[in-house]
Amino acid sequence: MPRLGCVALLLLASASCFAASAPQPPQRGEELQITDDEVGHYGGVLAVGQRSEPKTLNPATAADAPSREVIGRLTADLIHINRASQQTEPALAKSWTVSKDGRVFTVNLRHGLRFSDGQPFDADDVVFSFQVYLDEKLHSPQRDLLVVAGKPIQVQKVNQYTLRFTLAEPYAAAERIFDSLAMMPRHLLQKSYQEGKFAQAWTLNVPPAEIAGLGPFSLKEYVPGQKIVLERNPYFWKADRNKNRLPYLDELVFLFVGNEDAQVLRFQAGDTDIISRLSAENYVLLSKEASKRGFELFDLGPSLEYNFLVFNLNDLTSKKLDEVAAKQTWFKDLKFRQAVSSAIDREGIVKLVYAGRGAALWGNVSPSNKFWVDQALPHPPRSLDHARELLKSAGFSWRGDGQLVDAQGHAVEFSIITSTSNAQRTKMATIIQDDLGKLGMNVHIAPLEFRAVIDRVFQTYDYEASIMALGGGDADPNPEINVWLSSGGTHLWHLGESKPATEWEAQIDQLMQKQMVQLNYKQRKQLYDQVQEIIAANVPYAFLATPNILVGAKKNLANFKPAILEPTTLWNVEQLYFLNGNGPPSGAKQ
Amino acid sequence: MTSNRKIAAAVIFLLALHLAILLAGFVAPYPPAAQNRDFPYVPPTRLHFVDARGHLHVRPFIYQYVARPDSLYEYTEARDREYPVHFFVQGSEYKIAGWLSSHTHLFGVDAPAQIFLAGTDNYGRDQFSRILFGGQISLAAGLLATAISLLLGVCVGCLSGFYGGWIDESAMRLAELFLVLPWLYVLLAVRAFLPLHLSPAQTFLLLVAVIGTIGWARPARLVRGIVLSAKSRKYVTASRGFGASDAYILRRHVLPHTYGTLLTQAAVLVPQYVVAEVTLSFFGLGLSEPMPSWGNLLANLQQYNVLVSYWWMFAPAIALVLVSFGYLIVANAFHQRLQSGSI
Repeated sequence: MPRLGCVALLLLASASCFAASAPQPPQRGEELQITDDEVGHYGGVLAVGQRSEPKTLNPATAADAPSREVIGRLTADLIHINRASQQTEPALAKSWTVSKDGRVFTVNLRHGLRFSDGQPFDADDVVFSFQVYLDEKLHSPQRDLLVVAGKPIQVQKVNQYTLRFTLAEPYAAAERIFDSLAMMPRHLLQKSYQEGKFAQAWTLNVPPAEIAGLGPFSLKEYVPGQKIVLERNPYFWKADRNKNRLPYLDELVFLFVGNEDAQVLRFQAGDTDIISRLSAENYVLLSKEASKRGFELFDLGPSLEYNFLVFNLNDLTSKKLDEVAAKQTWFKDLKFRQAVSSAIDREGIVKLVYAGRGAALWGNVSPSNKFWVDQALPHPPRSLDHARELLKSAGFSWRGDGQLVDAQGHAVEFSIITSTSNAQRTKMATIIQDDLGKLGMNVHIAPLEFRAVIDRVFQTYDYEASIMALGGGDADPNPEINVWLSSGGTHLWHLGESKPATEWEAQIDQLMQKQMVQLNYKQRKQLYDQVQEIIAANVPYAFLATPNILVGAKKNLANFKPAILEPTTLWNVEQLYFLNGNGPPSGAKQ
Repeated sequence: MTSNRKIAAAVIFLLALHLAILLAGFVAPYPPAAQNRDFPYVPPTRLHFVDARGHLHVRPFIYQYVARPDSLYEYTEARDREYPVHFFVQGSEYKIAGWLSSHTHLFGVDAPAQIFLAGTDNYGRDQFSRILFGGQISLAAGLLATAISLLLGVCVGCLSGFYGGWIDESAMRLAELFLVLPWLYVLLAVRAFLPLHLSPAQTFLLLVAVIGTIGWARPARLVRGIVLSAKSRKYVTASRGFGASDAYILRRHVLPHTYGTLLTQAAVLVPQYVVAEVTLSFFGLGLSEPMPSWGNLLANLQQYNVLVSYWWMFAPAIALVLVSFGYLIVANAFHQRLQSGSI
């Protein structure tokens, strides 16, 4: 009999560790968001691969993509950008009003919501969260987004469920600022913030009981070097049409797989259920056995990222980089840059680097950005003759052996640095090297470690040309402001300008400032179109191409609606469910 | 004896390969950096002798490859026209050993067809040509580095064996240090300290210097052993009695004993150093684009999709294996001759 009792105890214990947190039934006074999608059923574990391990679970200090990917599933924001429609929608805020001058937002929170540990959520948590994001000593990466016209956004609590946000100036698409700004629990973090230890809070080793959020999942387990396991948040504030509280999935597991090839192998083997950011060759490889192995691949069209070749136009007078400074006489010549741009085989890049799954670019706005791309932007075809004419008119000539020389007789020779962590950009460099070789330019390629590239481009300016990529965050032009403003932190071709170095950069400054406070979309588009045209005419970057967004998922994963904006596959993770069930929670596996 | 035949075959194969690689410009149909962007990852061109109508041709011919419209990097042969393979054709200009220039290539086909005996890579570059030109770099690096190693080894070994004392002690302790170092990591570390923007020629010479300098220890110890035993021979004592200088004794009586060992060492070291250069280039620390070397040709295989889909990209590895086999068979032969005393 005691043996039976032991067995029963054991069964009970194992059953309880198998049981994921069951969703709590809706309470009275709790204002849930009802979603309109396909109704699913509960159960299943979704496994996703990550190329590198997250560094922290702290929403205010995380800067790297893997950390943000995990934190995004644990937390929620006030106003959210729907990744599919690219428009804003209510999230923790059920409604909001904007004053006539566009500066004051009055936001009404949903009543009765609770964090994943059961504690109530109200305006005090919002005030606390913004206090942390705006803290100057903490240097949160989100702080820049909340500073408009040099002044940080002001947050005022009106009552337990209402807040007022005041901007120093009207800001176009201001409500987009709130997307992905996680609301943090005051009851768990205020103490460490007041003690000045906030930056050390919520590392990966945080005990699950000390971390809570408003996202669809909460932290269950972290195994260093292997995986992070998230389990259903029983108090999540969204429900489907039949008032079933979301998410459907029991658990979400992030496996640390290392690199893209390893990701592909795991996905092929069935260890992971979703794969995102596929390169085109792996897409082709996987598509050959898609039907056999029960998964489906999706090509979502061009991404928002733009790859470009940038020449070093920085002011080098204070640095001892005489060789680079000498070559800048070529780079600073508009005709030289135009000739380079004219000689580049963009179609070849799309065909060879992206296996045809990409789009050539002549501007910084991708063709998939339907709201903001300038349809009238010229797309001149590749022309080596045109490039040679431009070079001739700029005073260049060719030696007997085909080498291009400038007006002083110096051979045109320079190097392009790329990051070793991105094989695609190194391939683009090889193609451009061959293209410019046809113009008689002697181009070297120097692949460097990623941090070395960043150091040279942002700090030491010890480089001649580089191939880099920007963009992809949001479709709206405002997050790009730091790229195009002459004082901006990512104004790569000439950093640290105290005032615009050229006439056209001054024009861009004015236009960008104007569009930032222009609330009318049509007028804003006109301004931004002008910006795109000035950029295309002055070639600070020779734009190259953008890859298509390629993702894959198992066939039995329902409600899978990949989008172009990050996170492309997990943005609606609360609505994903498995058609045929997908195994017991992680406790049962080895 | 079959082993003699084996050795003869190995020697002839090595000579033929080295000749082909020296004359890479002539043997290869295309320049190594020429991109054909419409033909990425084309499989090796098949040589046909029997045409579609069933006639046998003495001269082999090829069909032109055409990309399949619906799928990526897949090609079919266009059977409408046959392109016979011609020999001693006129093509792009090249230079043999940097000074003799010519337009004649060993074989080729009429335009617009192209003959890719080992397929093409991501940029449509002919792998057969690239393997030949790459062999110039890899084999030359191996041979030059071997020469440097042996030179250093002979100098140190002779001096330490002949003079003994503190010269011998310090040299041999240094040699032990070099023997203990894991050569791959040392290579990587040294390469990391060198400047990044180097011209291809400078990179090549640096590579050779680095590889050669790391490997002097083993030849040095072997030479030292031979010198020690030669030093104590009676005719050396006699020679000294007649007033011979150290240099004369070294040159006339001691060094000739080392030739056999040096030859064997050379045959062993060359493939090792070729592999060292290939390793460095494989990791991206050797020659950069577009100069080919067997290492950076093999680096393409680091991508999983290339590894599983395009089998012809393994060809440089086969060349490397054959070269290593050839040299090792020769080394073995030298070693056996040495043991039996005929060297």
